[in-house]
Amino acid sequence: MSKDKMVPVPSNAIVPERDINKIPILETHHLGIDFGGLKAVDEFSITVGRTEISGLIGPNGAGKTTVFNLLTNVYQPTRGTILLDGKSTAKKSTAQINKMGIARTFQNIRLFSNMSVIDNVRVGLHNSTNQSLAASLTRLFGYKTSERKSLEEAMELLSFFHMDDMANRQAGSLPYGAQRRLEIARALATRPGIILLDEPAAGMNPSETAELMENIRRIRDNFNIAVMLIEHDMNLVMNICEGICVLDHGKVIAKGSPDEIRSNPKVIEAYLGKKKGGVEGGEE
Amino acid sequence: MTFISNLINGISLGSVYAIIALGYTMVYGIAKMLNFAHGDVIMVGAYMAFCAMSYLSLPPIAAILLAMAVCTVLGIVIEALAYKPLRKASSLAVLITAIGVSYLLQNIALLIWGSAPKSFNSVVGFDSISLFDGRLIITSETVVTVIACIVIMLGLTLFTKKTKIGKGMRAVSEDKDAAELMGINVNVTISVTFAIGSALAAIAGVLLCSAYPTLMPTTGSMPGIKAFTAAVFGGIGSIPGAMLGGILLGLIEIFSKAYISTALSDAIVFAVLIVVLLVRPTGILGKKIAEKV
Repeated sequence: MSKDKMVPVPSNAIVPERDINKIPILETHHLGIDFGGLKAVDEFSITVGRTEISGLIGPNGAGKTTVFNLLTNVYQPTRGTILLDGKSTAKKSTAQINKMGIARTFQNIRLFSNMSVIDNVRVGLHNSTNQSLAASLTRLFGYKTSERKSLEEAMELLSFFHMDDMANRQAGSLPYGAQRRLEIARALATRPGIILLDEPAAGMNPSETAELMENIRRIRDNFNIAVMLIEHDMNLVMNICEGICVLDHGKVIAKGSPDEIRSNPKVIEAYLGKKKGGVEGGEE
Repeated sequence: MTFISNLINGISLGSVYAIIALGYTMVYGIAKMLNFAHGDVIMVGAYMAFCAMSYLSLPPIAAILLAMAVCTVLGIVIEALAYKPLRKASSLAVLITAIGVSYLLQNIALLIWGSAPKSFNSVVGFDSISLFDGRLIITSETVVTVIACIVIMLGLTLFTKKTKIGKGMRAVSEDKDAAELMGINVNVTISVTFAIGSALAAIAGVLLCSAYPTLMPTTGSMPGIKAFTAAVFGGIGSIPGAMLGGILLGLIEIFSKAYISTALSDAIVFAVLIVVLLVRPTGILGKKIAEKV
């Protein structure tokens, strides 16, 4: 799939043209959270199409990771609603939300580093292997087939990221780039409808970033899911994202296609400071 | 020959400590809390087996299974009522609650069964093994205890390595939040951990009282503390560590009783713990924690 034209949908949002007649995978309405008196995120409303690659950008401290934490209910929203595949995620636990279809990675890698690479993925597959405690204790035959199935699926996912030869290594011992890929593989193992990537290119060199971009496209095309990413690498964001949402001080200051965002004066101001009289630079 | 006899006794006592220590170490690994009421679950398990055999005249195996079932439920209930509401509280609050639960269990046992010691009939049916013309006697309790310990150890290792819930447990013990984002229900995982630990405590209680047949409401507290020591000794959070720590502690205790002083044996056990922690603060098999700076 190449980039698609962005078209408006009801509720003042845009999604790729191919996703127009389908329920958006993710919708938020007036989402917000307060930490004490501070409105860390406020009036955050977005719509993400079912196969859209979208970007969430903004200066440091804008509240991007907080948005991810709200979407996965790591933080309880103070106000607003989140619709995942048309269903509200209110009062659901983080684990339940994952089962409903959101997976994510972290800014700082959080693998189960003492477990093997393949076991990390298999923990992700946890959801989908139909294996209760009773089954694993009594029905040894069923256990064996489901174990073999999970092993096969885990290997498939690893080979998707060219990591099949590392399957039995300890996750913590992998090189940095491989750990980042493993984290994405682990998240994909939970069979999400949308995967949230928190700064996937952090600490990568240009060739690794190029590979990552390719991988993100392949994830979308292969698994037919939406990808939402937080990223500071503008080259990556402008290159692969179809819709971009810019956050500053917890508020959405702009939404649109890469071209619209690039030329939006509010965005330039947020990143570089005001042109007149403003010498203060952005944190980027 | 006395040396070998002591060695065997040490391994036997150590196996009981090891089984108890598994409960401490698993709960610590997953819920990051010290469940000081664990020792008293042993006592409850032993009383249950005692009642089942003495009052209901059940066969030993049925008595053990009943004790395990009761302790499993007890463990889950304790976790749900006392610890779960404190999931986000400071670890000190949880620790004090655990001590409170410990005294609660002891006093309930005191109310039900009284303070007079009960004489526990061994659950092991067969005779002791006599070797070298009776110069070396291995009691049947010893044999059963050591076998039980090995079986439990292997079973638990397989369980955590191979099953879905076991993998979930390892994931939760490494990173609770990330595990939750992988769709693992952390509360269920913690409950399962308490259930397994408490079932093991019941087995330990029965084995302990079969070897040392005096049962009273405080029976569990000293072995509980020593098993906790064993868990720290071996590296808390580590299953093989609990095993190793338990066996070593049993050996140290029996050997100091035999060759140094019976009265001082407990003091020596804890002195060894202090020395080990000074040299290796994370225990023998504990993970080195490299803090990022």
